[in-house]
Amino acid sequence: MKKENTIIVALAVLAAVIAATWLILVAPSMTGNDINMTKGVTQQSVDHYNLHMIVLWICAVIGIAVFTVMFTSIVLHRKSRDHKAAKFNHSTKAEIIWTIIPVLILVAMAVPATTALVRMEDSSGAEMTVKITGFQWRWKYEYLDQDISFISSLNPDSNKARQLGSGIMPESVDNYLLDVDNPLVLPVGRKIKFLITADDVIHSWWVPAFGWKRDAIPGFVNEAWTNIEEPGTYRGQCAELCGKDHGFMPIVVIALAEDEFESWVREQLAGKSQNDQQVTLR
Amino acid sequence: MTTEVSYDEVSDAHDAHDHGDHKPTGFLDRWLFTTNHKDIGTLYLIFSLTMFLVGGAMAMVIRAELFMPGLQLVEPDFFNQMTTMHALIMVFGAVMPAWVGFANWLVPMMIGAPDMALPRMNNWSFWILPFAFTMLLSTLFMDSGGPAAGWTLYPPLVLQTGTSFAFVVFAVHMMGVSSIMGSINIIATIFNMRAPGMRLLRMPMFVWTWLITAFLLIAVMPVLAGAVTMLLTDHFFSTNFFNAAGGGDPVMFQHIFWFFGHPEVYIMILPAFGVISEILPTFSRKPLFGYGSMVYATATIAFLSFIVWAHHMFTVGMPLQGELFFMYATMLISVPTGVKVFNWVSTMWKGSMTFETPMLFAIGFVVLFTIGGLSGLMLAITAADFQYHDTYFVVAHFHYVLVPGAVFALMAATYYWLPKFSGNMYSEKWGKIHFWLSAIFVNVLFFPQHYLGLAGMPRRIPDYSPQFADFNMISSIGGFAFGVTQLIFVGVVWHCVFRSKVKATPGVWEGSRGLEWTLDSPPAYHSFNTPPEVTHNMLSRAD
Repeated sequence: MKKENTIIVALAVLAAVIAATWLILVAPSMTGNDINMTKGVTQQSVDHYNLHMIVLWICAVIGIAVFTVMFTSIVLHRKSRDHKAAKFNHSTKAEIIWTIIPVLILVAMAVPATTALVRMEDSSGAEMTVKITGFQWRWKYEYLDQDISFISSLNPDSNKARQLGSGIMPESVDNYLLDVDNPLVLPVGRKIKFLITADDVIHSWWVPAFGWKRDAIPGFVNEAWTNIEEPGTYRGQCAELCGKDHGFMPIVVIALAEDEFESWVREQLAGKSQNDQQVTLR
Repeated sequence: MTTEVSYDEVSDAHDAHDHGDHKPTGFLDRWLFTTNHKDIGTLYLIFSLTMFLVGGAMAMVIRAELFMPGLQLVEPDFFNQMTTMHALIMVFGAVMPAWVGFANWLVPMMIGAPDMALPRMNNWSFWILPFAFTMLLSTLFMDSGGPAAGWTLYPPLVLQTGTSFAFVVFAVHMMGVSSIMGSINIIATIFNMRAPGMRLLRMPMFVWTWLITAFLLIAVMPVLAGAVTMLLTDHFFSTNFFNAAGGGDPVMFQHIFWFFGHPEVYIMILPAFGVISEILPTFSRKPLFGYGSMVYATATIAFLSFIVWAHHMFTVGMPLQGELFFMYATMLISVPTGVKVFNWVSTMWKGSMTFETPMLFAIGFVVLFTIGGLSGLMLAITAADFQYHDTYFVVAHFHYVLVPGAVFALMAATYYWLPKFSGNMYSEKWGKIHFWLSAIFVNVLFFPQHYLGLAGMPRRIPDYSPQFADFNMISSIGGFAFGVTQLIFVGVVWHCVFRSKVKATPGVWEGSRGLEWTLDSPPAYHSFNTPPEVTHNMLSRAD
């Protein structure tokens, strides 16, 4: 096999491997389904999205390189093409190179990974605190600064439809399994600290748009924070197996502009003085 | 250069005194009381294939329920029992015993030993398993149902399991005893029973990877036993090891569990590395590239596996320094793993390749395991893991390293050595059909799960929002097809052992090297009663 032929075959294989990579990493998004991590609406979620994309593409390039060499060999170095086996069985130089290069790639990855992690773990300077307690199978939210607290459970429509043999099509229910009776209402543009714990078993509080999940563990109080940049409704779920209804304890956060949030707080406090702690949004 | 011993001389030497060898005649004598490494290896392999089908049937239940949104088939609690049992059975009942089965068959034949060092213990370590798994499976029929807290058995949730919990813990203890005895046996055999000339750094890679695996097993199975024992006493004897209200620590369980659990994943994959390092040279007709660095890379991976456990639990709330340490240590594992992949590709490079079924599975392994390894590197990035953790992205990752990883390597090993074990050739046509259907459907099954996880689907849920419907349906279709495809494997194995008319030669494959290929196919019931003289051309590595 002449050297030029090896290069031609390698280029053809490279094209095929790149096409295959495109087919599995990019093409499926054309079906209209989400196939990637959300960019979300907080600095953390954007950090994590960027980090994810950097590492994903580094991995894709490594994969493309390895598979191109491998499949070039599979095309060329086969007995059916009368290729005679070479005899070499090691090369110290090559082995040193492919130990050092991965180390350098890892160091390059570790830099943004460390920065993002340090940033995520810095919960200093929070302007309000919400305590989140996981129960089997609902969440309790306590606004420590505003003296508001309520329990948030799966919306009754979803709950009816999700029973075995209910006969209700999930598609006919709005936000099936991702809707609650009492959503958590938060202001945008304010650094909010969460104190996360649980009452019975371990749960995990996760809203993808905020960029993290944090375990809710009985006997522990975990800290996390967010600073939501855009008003909107953000949905998530319990992420740690917590028993039979683990799949049925969603999280809904409604992020309101600062003034709307303040009036919501006033409404809650007024409602609280009138009737019980039963709170509903509008 | 040492003298050459031909295949014929070696097998003739055995024919002279060894056939009509003292094989027990009665069924119970042969199988229940056996101390023969080949029979015990066969028992292990049959057992693990059975468990593979049982665990696979549970996976079918899971994929059927997840076929579309809404609950159609099973209650959520039963769904959780299925995910829990599927994992326990596949990890402890299918993959681990299968590797012990191959070790039993191959280690003595590869190092020129007549049998395992401790044959009676060998019998015991196998015969514990059917009882352990009967007990584990019986919990599904108890009033309280089987365990439903995931195979990771996290408290406090797992302590809500009913009376069946005691049976689960005892079953895990029995599996651990079996694994530890198996490992002691393998270490004793490798250290004491090598034929003259079979120096440690001349041993086949499969023997090396198993030696290291055996040390991992001895190190971590007692840790698991301790963890589940503490769960048992918390549940039944009012201790508070993991109960925060009594001064215990539920997170401590996770640390202990994953100190076992991370080496455990290498216990399942290191022997696979060994198998691939045997098969690629054979069908490339070229020695393994970088034998020495393969051995050191395996040892390095084994060492690192002890210091990365907390990457399974980044979200429990750790100090920043802890998170950084476990991130860096985890990223480091990709270096020796990368060395292995590069060495495999270099082994193929400029070879003279043919593509019989074992080679196809080995190549499938290298490609798909690499994909699983790369997604593992992504998961190591702690900050991003706060998104990935406990989603289908993780499910996709570990199934890529375990199914087209460990299981494909087991398939490759079966096609590669079954002609040696049985004396008959399998059907190459059906083997290839099995490979191609498996390779296609395993990707249809698991690749879309990456998308689901990234798009926000948590793992271990029986029902999901309709936005996840399309890829779940594709994944389920892939799952059913992959499941049915494995029945072809059962058929091929059955045909090879009982029906095939094509006899295997001692070498079986044109490029095969190693002591096991100097024996007849099938080898005599007692082989290497006299230690062989190990010569250069018998070795799978070039000196």
